[in-house]
Amino acid sequence: MYSKNDESYFILDAHVALWDARPENQRNIHGKQFIDCFYDYHRNLSPESEVWPYEDYLYQGGERLMKDLFTDGYVDHAIFQPAHLGEFYNNGFGQTEEAFALAQAHPDKLTYNHNWDPRNGEQGLKQLREDAKRFDLKGAKLYTAEWHGDSRGWKLDDPWSYRYLEAAQELGIKNIHIHKGPTIRPLDRDAFDVADVDHVATDFTELNFVIEHCGLPRLEDFCWIATQEPNVHAGLAVAMPFIHTRPKYFGQIVGELLYWIGEDRIQFSSDYAIWTPRWLVEAFVDFEIPAELSEYAPLTTAQKKKILGLNAAAMYDIPVPAELQLRDERAEEVAVAS
Amino acid sequence: MSAPTTHLTTTGPTTTLRDQAFRALDAVVDPELDEPITDLEFVQSVEVDGDRVEVHLRLPTSFCAPNFAYLMASDSKDVLTALPWTGDVVVELDGHHDSDLINAGLAADAGYRGTFAHEADDNLDDLRLTFQRKAHTAAMERVLTRLLRADPDRAEVDLRGVTLGDLPDDDTTAALLRRRAAIGLGDAAELPVLVDHTGHAYPADEVPLRLRMARSTRISIEGNAHFCRGLLRTRYPDSTTPTPQENRT
Repeated sequence: MYSKNDESYFILDAHVALWDARPENQRNIHGKQFIDCFYDYHRNLSPESEVWPYEDYLYQGGERLMKDLFTDGYVDHAIFQPAHLGEFYNNGFGQTEEAFALAQAHPDKLTYNHNWDPRNGEQGLKQLREDAKRFDLKGAKLYTAEWHGDSRGWKLDDPWSYRYLEAAQELGIKNIHIHKGPTIRPLDRDAFDVADVDHVATDFTELNFVIEHCGLPRLEDFCWIATQEPNVHAGLAVAMPFIHTRPKYFGQIVGELLYWIGEDRIQFSSDYAIWTPRWLVEAFVDFEIPAELSEYAPLTTAQKKKILGLNAAAMYDIPVPAELQLRDERAEEVAVAS
Repeated sequence: MSAPTTHLTTTGPTTTLRDQAFRALDAVVDPELDEPITDLEFVQSVEVDGDRVEVHLRLPTSFCAPNFAYLMASDSKDVLTALPWTGDVVVELDGHHDSDLINAGLAADAGYRGTFAHEADDNLDDLRLTFQRKAHTAAMERVLTRLLRADPDRAEVDLRGVTLGDLPDDDTTAALLRRRAAIGLGDAAELPVLVDHTGHAYPADEVPLRLRMARSTRISIEGNAHFCRGLLRTRYPDSTTPTPQENRT
C-alpha cells in the first residue's frame, strides 16, 4: 500500500522476476549479452540514486526481493513472470524452484506464474499439465523470442501454440502474459509484429492476454488490436521507467493507452529486478500528463488506483481491502458538485 | 577506435576520402527509427586506406532485431561500394548476437538469404516498405498537428481538405515530401495531405480516427528513437551528441 495526500493505493506489481544471471549459470556469450542488455536498460532509465552495482544485478535472491518489493516498495502483491531462456542459462534465467518456494511461503503476497514453449511438442504439453497442477497456475508468461535449438522464435498463432492455449484454457490458466521480444521468425517480417496476438485473442475469448511493455516498440499496432479485442490488456513493464527520464513520452504512452483501450485494461509492473517498484510507485502517484499535451485528458486518482493495482487484482481474484477499493464514483461526483 | 566527428567538411578541396565515406552513410536509414545511422551514432569507425574502406557499426543492444541490423549493414556496404574510388569495402557489425553470421554474410556478399539460410523466407522488401509507410504516416501527422496547433479554430475534420500546397515551406514539409517520394506518392500542390499509403484521402467521418492512429505511429517511432539513443549512450559512453528531436512534438 502507498499513501499520499489522504489517498491510499493498493499496489499489485504484475511482472517480477527472480533471476540468476551469474557467470556460473551463463551457458554462453548470449547469457552475458542478455543480462548486460537488461543492465543497460536499468542504468539508462533509473534515477542515479537507484542504480545498482553490476554484481547486485546478476542475482538478488528471495530475501532481497522481499525487501525491495514489500518492505521498501509499497507492493501488496506481486506476480512472478519467469522467462526460461534455457539456451542462454544452464539452470534457466527465471529460478523456478526458488520463486515457487517463496510464493508458497508468502501466498498472500506472491503468485507464481510459469511458462511453456510450444516447440516442446507433446512432451511440453504433458509438462504443462503437471506444472498447472503443481503450481496451481492462474497465469503464464510466454516469451516468443526464446531460442530453442535451430529455432529462434515462435508465434502465438502457430498450430502447436494453439494446442497449448487450448490446454491452458481447459486447465484454468486464464491470464497469458506475452513478452514480444524481437522474434527471429520469420526474419522477413517485422520482428516485433503483434498480429499473432490479434489471432489468438479472437480465438480464445475466455483467456486474457496481457501484452507486456504495451506492445512497445509497436505501440500503434498494439493499440489498434486492443481496441478490437476486449480480452487484450496492456502491461506497463518497461514503459514505467520513462516516467523519470522522459515524462512527456510517458504521458504520451499513457494518454494513447487510455484513449485506445481505456483505464480498466492497463496494469502496473516494475519488471523487477530491471527496476525497483518504490520510485516507480511514488513517481506514478505524483504524475500528471504534461500541460503541453493538450490532446489528452488529465490522469485521475481513480485511474491511477486502477492501473497501480485494482485492474490486475480483479484479473487474478486477489482480495483488496475495502478501504483501498474505489469509492463509489457517483458519491464522489456529488461531493464535488456540492 | 574513435567515432567520426560530426563536424566534417563535406565540400571543397579539404574533403578527405574518409569524410566522403562517412557522408555517404548519411543515406543509410534505420528503418524502425526513420533516422540516418550517422545521426544515430551507429557508425563506430570509418578507416580508409587507398581504395580500401572499413566501417564498423554498433547498435544500442546485442539483441536488436537481426533483420534490421542486417539491412543497415548491407545498405552501408552498398552506398560505400557505389563511391567511385572504393575498391575493397568491408562493413562489420560489432557487439550483436548475430555479428558473426552477419559479418560473414557481408564479407561473402551472400545476400539476405545466403546470410540467414533457413531463417529467411524470401527477401526484406516488404519489411522495408512497412517502415517506409510508417515513416510517411508519422511525417503526415507532424505537419497536420502543427496546423491544428497554429490555428485552434480549425476542426480536425477540416484536415481532409488540406493539400500539399497549403503547407508552409519548411523542414517538416520537406520531410513529408521525401517520405511520400519513398513510397511512390507525388508532390503536386493540389494533392491531399491526409492519405493512406496508396495516396487516397480518407472519408470525412474517418478523419479524426486516422489522425489519432497516425499520432500513435509518430509517438511510437519517436519514442523508440529516444530509447535507442539513450541505450546507445549507456552502452557506449563516448556518444554525446544531443538529440535533434529532443523537444519536437
